[in-house]
Amino acid sequence: MDTPNFYPEKKLKVIGTSPVRPDGVPKVTGIARFGADFTLPGMLWARILRSPHAHARIRSIDTKKAEALPGVKAVMTCADLPEQPFAYVGPERIAVNFWHMTRNIMAREKALYEGHAVAAVAATSQKIANEALKLIEVDYEVLPHVIDVDAAMRPDAPLLFDDMITRGVEPPTKPSNISKRIEYKLGDVDTGFAAADEIVEMSFRTAPVHQGYIEPHATLARWDADGQAEVWASTQGHFVVRTFTAKLLNMKTGDLRVHATEIGGGFGGKTVVYVEPVALVLSRKSGHPVKIVMSREEVFKASGPTSGASMTVKIGAMKDGRIVAADALFKYQAGAFPGSPVMNGCMCGFAPYDFPNMRTVGYDVVCNRPKAVAYRAPGSPISAFAVESTLDAVAKKIGMDPVQLRLKNIARIGTPLQTWCRRRMALRSSRPGLPIENRMASGRLGRNNRSCWLVA
Amino acid sequence: MKHHVTTSINGSPVEFLCETQQTLLDVLRDELQLTGTKEGCGSGDCGACSVTVNGRLVCACLMLGVEAEGKSIETIEGMVMGDHLHVLQQKFLEHAALQCGICTPGMLIAAKSLLERNPEPTEEQVRFGLAGNLCRCTGYQKIVEAVLAAAVEMRRA
Amino acid sequence: MSELRYEAPRTLEAAVALLVAAQGVAKVLAGGSDLLVQMKSGRLDPALIVDIKGIPEMTAITTENGGFRVGAAMPCMEIIEHAAFAKTWPGVTEAVALIGSVQVKGRASIGGNLCNGSPAADSVPALIAAGATVRIVGPAGTREARVEDIVTGPGRTSLAKGEIVSSFFFAERPSHAGDAYLRFTPRTEMDIAVVGAGVNLTLDDSGVCTDAHVCLGAVAERALLVPDAAAALLGSKVDDVALALLAAAASAAATPIDDKRGTREFRIKVAGVMARRAAAVALARAKGKQS
Repeated sequence: MDTPNFYPEKKLKVIGTSPVRPDGVPKVTGIARFGADFTLPGMLWARILRSPHAHARIRSIDTKKAEALPGVKAVMTCADLPEQPFAYVGPERIAVNFWHMTRNIMAREKALYEGHAVAAVAATSQKIANEALKLIEVDYEVLPHVIDVDAAMRPDAPLLFDDMITRGVEPPTKPSNISKRIEYKLGDVDTGFAAADEIVEMSFRTAPVHQGYIEPHATLARWDADGQAEVWASTQGHFVVRTFTAKLLNMKTGDLRVHATEIGGGFGGKTVVYVEPVALVLSRKSGHPVKIVMSREEVFKASGPTSGASMTVKIGAMKDGRIVAADALFKYQAGAFPGSPVMNGCMCGFAPYDFPNMRTVGYDVVCNRPKAVAYRAPGSPISAFAVESTLDAVAKKIGMDPVQLRLKNIARIGTPLQTWCRRRMALRSSRPGLPIENRMASGRLGRNNRSCWLVA
Repeated sequence: MKHHVTTSINGSPVEFLCETQQTLLDVLRDELQLTGTKEGCGSGDCGACSVTVNGRLVCACLMLGVEAEGKSIETIEGMVMGDHLHVLQQKFLEHAALQCGICTPGMLIAAKSLLERNPEPTEEQVRFGLAGNLCRCTGYQKIVEAVLAAAVEMRRA
Repeated sequence: MSELRYEAPRTLEAAVALLVAAQGVAKVLAGGSDLLVQMKSGRLDPALIVDIKGIPEMTAITTENGGFRVGAAMPCMEIIEHAAFAKTWPGVTEAVALIGSVQVKGRASIGGNLCNGSPAADSVPALIAAGATVRIVGPAGTREARVEDIVTGPGRTSLAKGEIVSSFFFAERPSHAGDAYLRFTPRTEMDIAVVGAGVNLTLDDSGVCTDAHVCLGAVAERALLVPDAAAALLGSKVDDVALALLAAAASAAATPIDDKRGTREFRIKVAGVMARRAAAVALARAKGKQS
């Protein structure tokens, strides 16, 4: 095929050619080794026992019969993982909470979704591991469950966490399934809507969508008696596997070596850990390397899809296509633990446009589903779907070409982002490292004496 | 119940032991260390475990290991020809018909079987013929192009 | 610990004896594309698997009295590749060709497709429309039955313990006969029918329909023969009026459920659409035209 040469005066070695990818030959010959392709001598097979209930208190777990089965070398429950402090760690948009994370790896007080890991066994064969799972006795107190985000937000909804108080709301609320509320605004939407010639309001519901990578999660872990450990994992980031796994096991990071195997797709779904800490604990308890491979059913039941959402978008426009007000409500399912990508969704929704009055409210809502995890541009396609569909409806209502409507309202250099204006006071004077264009732009006053920030 | 199975894999005689419930896929990967054939779903929906049995394209996850008795099985490991690649493998590389590569072994086995039956397929025949092989990375276009290009070259040979 | 037994008898008598003597659940293994999936998901936990693929009459196609006898365990691909059968029964063949991927068809059989008892099974409406019969071998001997008498409900058959469907018989075709099978699926391929329609008809020398059978799949608990739809064609030249009556009768007979693949209303409407289109294809084939 004809590749245009953008640098005709230069003699380029790689650009303009079609190099064969360096990992190509191992992949077309079947030699490339993915997560499930690794073995070690003396290796055990592990299987995970998963809750059949969407919501249940775990009264007790009896593993004695499983432990007694010949061929079983180790059994684990949450008792084999240390408790973690309750704290949101890291940048707000991608904060993690190890108190939640350890409970997702292995349930403690409650099973919070059908498929939630409750116990695990390591045995000399897959057949024995499967048999051992049947011998583990779990006493569940089944509770009412809620899987729909609107239903989970109702005041009478069954609560996943009795003490969950909504962050981002003052004064604090009574406990609910709403983990967080976010609000961004610019200008005044009420004034904007009052001036609009036409207003369109639409509501949308999207379902959780799994990343659908063809390779299920897989790991091989080896714990040596001196506390040094090694993990092979199908992952999008082995530093993450090392940091999370070491923290979850209270290990020194330097004692854990992680190998990222070839990965058969991840698309965001393999940026967290599920089976690695379990395999490592079982290896420690048994003294043997332990391999875990999820079945496709486990992947769909117990690994994070992206959030389902319930959304409302309201847009007010003038007859000539100028949009004067935009108001969005994005309610995202986080699954069993907080951390949906609703913040991304809120930041993305109106970001391509220059609307003078905007408001975006987002809710992160827990419900009895697997914990949501990143899926390519996490959270953004969901809110963009709602916003763009509404814009198309606006275009139809005012009789304008939908592309022209967008071009008329498109963001340019200097257009304020509603998310920046949330922090403009803090940042205004503190960014000497910004490129020249930014500093020039930040010196200009925009509409209504607000600062303009560079949007490139 | 353990079975002693005698079979032929990629042209070589092979014997193995397996439980009744072990599929051919389990046997290839876990007993014979032939990990080129992949498990994506275990239910015959994704095609990542495609192999041929007596020349017939099948999903190894839908066949018991014990059923391999007396059969001749071809896997991805048997596709390479000595020190050079099969035309299909070469075309997959040239046309960038793979990214993560997990579907690739199954795709190649299925494409090889397709071209054996129909050396001059139309694009539609390639798409329908490979409908049992799912890919989440490439969007299929480059795979189809690679298979059609391989067909042309194989007809010339 | 559960020990799953596997036996591979060489004769039907031996297979029947194994099934009759079995303690606990015993399942016949043909292609395994339903059985293995159900075992893996935990839906089925048999104690004995009887592999009948080593029994010669179960995997062969022979001609018989001008018709075809098709072994019940024959892989779908071999039926599709059988030039004479495919030419005589293009509707049955295209129905068989819709059962899963090439890989699945390399193992799956029409015996399995029938006896698995799915209301959406693709080969069944075409088999019933074709008037196919089955030979059943069991502890009480051998008997024949119509295909439509085998499935009694979702996942249930009328077979007694120890009985095995050994072959399907397709009678000799009269001249000016044609059959067709069409289905509606959300995806282009590799999907389960929302509606399936099998039509088989015969014309006399002046183009008048003298025999017709219309069978719908996926719109009731089991495949549904629609005598009223067939009656709409009899005595007609299968013109638009007759086809409209056929479509209305097909929609009227359908009693589908709502599920993620389609609503009740959608399936009722599409039943008529698919039946009419299948009848048009069958007509073209009966007239000797390329479909």
